[in-house]
Amino acid sequence: MLLRLRFPQVQPRTSPQKETDFLSYGPEVTMRVPVAIVDYEAGNLTSVLNAIQYLGLQAVVTKDPKVIAHADRVIFPGVGAARASMNVLLASGLGKAVQDAVTARKPVLGICIGCQIILEHSEEDGGVDCLGIIKGKALKFHSEPGLKIPHMGWNQVEFAFPHPIFKGVEDASEFYFVHSYHPVLSNPVEAAAYTTYGKQRFASALYRDTLVATQFHLEKSGDVGLELLKNFCKWNGELC
Amino acid sequence: MLTKRVIVCLDVRDRKVTKGIKFESNVDVGDPVEMGAQYSRDGADELVFYDITASAEKRAIDIEMVKDIAKNVFIPFSVGGGVRNLEDMYDVLLAGAEKVSINSLAVLNPQIITDGAKAFGNQCMVLGLDAKFVGISEKFPSGYEVVIQGGRKPMGIDAVAWARRAEGLGIGEICLNSIDADGMREGYELSITELIANAVMVPVIASGGAGTPAHINTLFAKTHADAALVASMVHFGTYSIAQIKAEMALAGLPVRRVGVSK
Repeated sequence: MLLRLRFPQVQPRTSPQKETDFLSYGPEVTMRVPVAIVDYEAGNLTSVLNAIQYLGLQAVVTKDPKVIAHADRVIFPGVGAARASMNVLLASGLGKAVQDAVTARKPVLGICIGCQIILEHSEEDGGVDCLGIIKGKALKFHSEPGLKIPHMGWNQVEFAFPHPIFKGVEDASEFYFVHSYHPVLSNPVEAAAYTTYGKQRFASALYRDTLVATQFHLEKSGDVGLELLKNFCKWNGELC
Repeated sequence: MLTKRVIVCLDVRDRKVTKGIKFESNVDVGDPVEMGAQYSRDGADELVFYDITASAEKRAIDIEMVKDIAKNVFIPFSVGGGVRNLEDMYDVLLAGAEKVSINSLAVLNPQIITDGAKAFGNQCMVLGLDAKFVGISEKFPSGYEVVIQGGRKPMGIDAVAWARRAEGLGIGEICLNSIDADGMREGYELSITELIANAVMVPVIASGGAGTPAHINTLFAKTHADAALVASMVHFGTYSIAQIKAEMALAGLPVRRVGVSK
């Protein structure tokens, strides 16, 4: 966990590996999994897993690139900082596994830091090169009088076009955000949704082929968030 | 536009939600997991669970309860009461809570704010600040003093000075509870809320005194609070979250709409 990396003296008494839903890693893994949640030690993955199970669907949390290779769908979540996340992604081979999943045209969902780390670069931690699956950068919000950073709370998400994961959800519904950096796309056509904070309008959902990523936490956004998650878990990767 | 949040507070004792007047004469009102899930479905923007006896009994928060809540609640929630150290914070966050709320621990050991913010990020750290009106004096320029243990123990610190200091130490949010207004259902204490909201840049949650939706509208009209905490007015069924949201929308406040999917 990133929490432990940032603060090594904190030793958890509740080990996440004891959770039955964490797939046993290892070379013997060959079974297909419907949804793999990528555990790259970037904060709490339990919420995403809980939400999928609440929907009556199956998922596993994994650190093993081979499990991701055998997954039908991949969720790339994360709460944390860009540099620590990238270090783990590069060292573990998980970054490449996510890129391979996109190349193989599997549905891939990035959430929060997972929506920034798919870009080429992040301004966080003095500047970090990221995966570069989508062209663009994660930049910090500009300061404005009275504007609080991080952007935390419920804000409207305006759909740029009817992406399949938005099905059944009203345009401009509120979703839950917690972030200080936001995506800036080189190619604005890759924005799936926009949100305005203060005077700053940013792409709050991105897409390219079978990859879709949300800056907001759909696992913490009540009914509309669960609807998006359900749509993703049923999505065949086609855009229309 | 960021919406004004309505946060439901659930005081938990022996795994039952309880509600008292001025921290005394509590009555049990239901199961925390069921109530949390129901408020989440009804459109609450956030939940706060306080294990109100953990602190007094010097025991850890009921982590199994936090895990059960996380399996049924898909909006942000924070947990407080009985957080003793960084390990307790870690357990609470790993169990699925979005934030940890600390109150007396922070007053007695302010360094824990910085340590927690460094380890988990300041967005995870909520300061519970209980303030009591004592009159303006040299020692209390705001007229409000920080108290702990449900108002029983005055700490000799000015409430606004403490809020500023906690912000400097890395707190991400302040939940300001007026001991004088708490449980009275006569409205939030606006003066201290506005003093603190103007003194810090982090979001301020007003707590204590909500009895009607009009109290919430008044809070947001007269202060710069970011969120309103409610408890008895919804626990006893007097008002629903939907009613509160509807009144807020009528007053022109930015609110998260409820039940717009499909």
